[in-house]
Amino acid sequence: MTPEHVSAHGMERVIDARGLTRRFGHFTAVDGITFDVAAGEVFGFLGANGAGKTTAIRMLTGLLAPSSGHATVVGLDVATQSEAVKRRIGYMSQRFSLYEDLTIRENIRLYGGIYGLSSAEVRRRTDRIVARLELESAADEAVRALPLGWRQKLAFAVALLHEPPLVFLDEPTSGVDPITRRQFWEMIYEAARGGTSVLVTTHYMDEAEYCDRVSIMVAGRIAALGSPVELEREHGVKTIDELFVRLARPDGARAAAS
Amino acid sequence: MSALTGLLRKEAYHILRDRRTLAVIVLLPVVQVVLFGFAIRTDVRDVRIIVVDPLPDATTLSLRARLAASGVFRVVTVLPGADELDGIFQRGEATEAIVFEPRFGERLAQGLPARIQLITDGTDPNSASVRQNYAMALIGAWDRERSPARGAVRIEPRTRLRFNPTAESSNLFVPGLMAFVLTIISSLMTAISLTREKESGTMEALLVSPLRPWQIIGGKVAPYLAIGLVSMTAIVVEARLVFHVPLRGSYLLLLAEGLLFILVSLALGMLISARTSSQRVAMLGALVGTMLPTLLLSGFIFPIESMPRLLRWVSYIVPARWFVTIARGIMLKGIGIVYLWEPTLILIGMAAVLLTLAVRSFDVRLE
Repeated sequence: MTPEHVSAHGMERVIDARGLTRRFGHFTAVDGITFDVAAGEVFGFLGANGAGKTTAIRMLTGLLAPSSGHATVVGLDVATQSEAVKRRIGYMSQRFSLYEDLTIRENIRLYGGIYGLSSAEVRRRTDRIVARLELESAADEAVRALPLGWRQKLAFAVALLHEPPLVFLDEPTSGVDPITRRQFWEMIYEAARGGTSVLVTTHYMDEAEYCDRVSIMVAGRIAALGSPVELEREHGVKTIDELFVRLARPDGARAAAS
Repeated sequence: MSALTGLLRKEAYHILRDRRTLAVIVLLPVVQVVLFGFAIRTDVRDVRIIVVDPLPDATTLSLRARLAASGVFRVVTVLPGADELDGIFQRGEATEAIVFEPRFGERLAQGLPARIQLITDGTDPNSASVRQNYAMALIGAWDRERSPARGAVRIEPRTRLRFNPTAESSNLFVPGLMAFVLTIISSLMTAISLTREKESGTMEALLVSPLRPWQIIGGKVAPYLAIGLVSMTAIVVEARLVFHVPLRGSYLLLLAEGLLFILVSLALGMLISARTSSQRVAMLGALVGTMLPTLLLSGFIFPIESMPRLLRWVSYIVPARWFVTIARGIMLKGIGIVYLWEPTLILIGMAAVLLTLAVRSFDVRLE
């Protein structure tokens, strides 16, 4: 690691975005955002729909080239080394990333092959995942048959299959029942304790309180950035939910009117 | 374990586990050949004919016997007058009528012109003209046999249909049918399966993975390429067994040209899926964009020569038009690449342009 990937606290940075911008024609979806994520950190990436979260994540995962600005992910430049970035990150979208007509084992084997794991390694990790999620009896059944909560937990495990130092979770818990959400967050903490950094987007503000730090995006810019406790004190609010509504209101009012 | 084999295996699971798609892929070539072979025929058999013979005599009886013995005509009824003909045609009991003038034999014997009127139900003009030609040929042959040496020198044309001497319509449709089935499998199935991944969200996971675009595309289209080649073979074999359609030229050349055509169709399917986000739209796009032109503008069913000039020009950009020309050349004429380089080059050009566009449209989403 070169020194610029190390933050002031001496911790390694897995994401380092400086003035990252993306324009589509005259519309600026992401407007010069600057933030970093440290190793092992759980970072909540908040914002209303259309605030630019998805575009920012697409740039950080190497799917979309930035219009201007600069970002490194796990020490690699997203603009010039996107292929190397893709090998070293995990990704789970709000839309289901597993194949419903394939069994649990087949899905894991597919992604194991895509990330270049050996067959023996895939088998070993498959057994571990199946045991961790207590899915032994369903391992050879089509994923379609699993309840939504289980599927999301499985998708998360598959996103971590190649043991990436950083994983992106785009609304992983939307539509999931409260108990499964709690279990899902246990898995997130487990990954973070294992040294994997997590960037997670969510619309559940109670989940924001679980994050080490959060950022709130409004109209393409980061309007607030810090730990939940810091932010609440700084803005004189009781919850992140209150802060979110206050920051997002001008934009939200416009969205509701249209 | 390579990523590409994993993708191919995954795609095989998709195809094998989706029973309806599998049924379509397996049954499509078989059923189509049977359907087209038996239902859509332009050669005419079993023509129901009415004979109007006001005063039967030996001459008219001999021509009537000739009609009955031809194997093509079936005499429905013999009437003394032509009054009821319209009603019979309207009820569909017969499609052709042959009307002798009164004292037909007598006039012939006297060396006077004797007239026969041939009336045909023209609701379907194509088969009507075929029926008419059959009847005229039969009357002509009968007339020549009846008076072989009437003194004067006669010009007697002897006609042959080269490459398809008995005018079997199955010979005509099988090459076109191949183009049709390959279009369905390559364009339609590819467009649907790519759009399905976009719809379900799995495409996003593949795009974020270290897979290169060519691997994603390759893993997606290779199975359909293989299925296309197998279907083509199935059609050739079935057409040969059931309808005795010959394969006079090189099978390998036919496969190679088929591969080229499949590539063109796959690229079209990919382009369609790049522009659409739902399976339903992709299906409509493939239907209108590839299957209809293949059916209507390739010369498969309707001859290109008889189209208006504008449509003839449009047919130049329909890939199936060139493949049908090639397939007919190889299967029926038994010709080789020496005579087929022109349509082959056109297909190669189309494949190059469309594949480039397809890969680029894929890249645009990656940026």
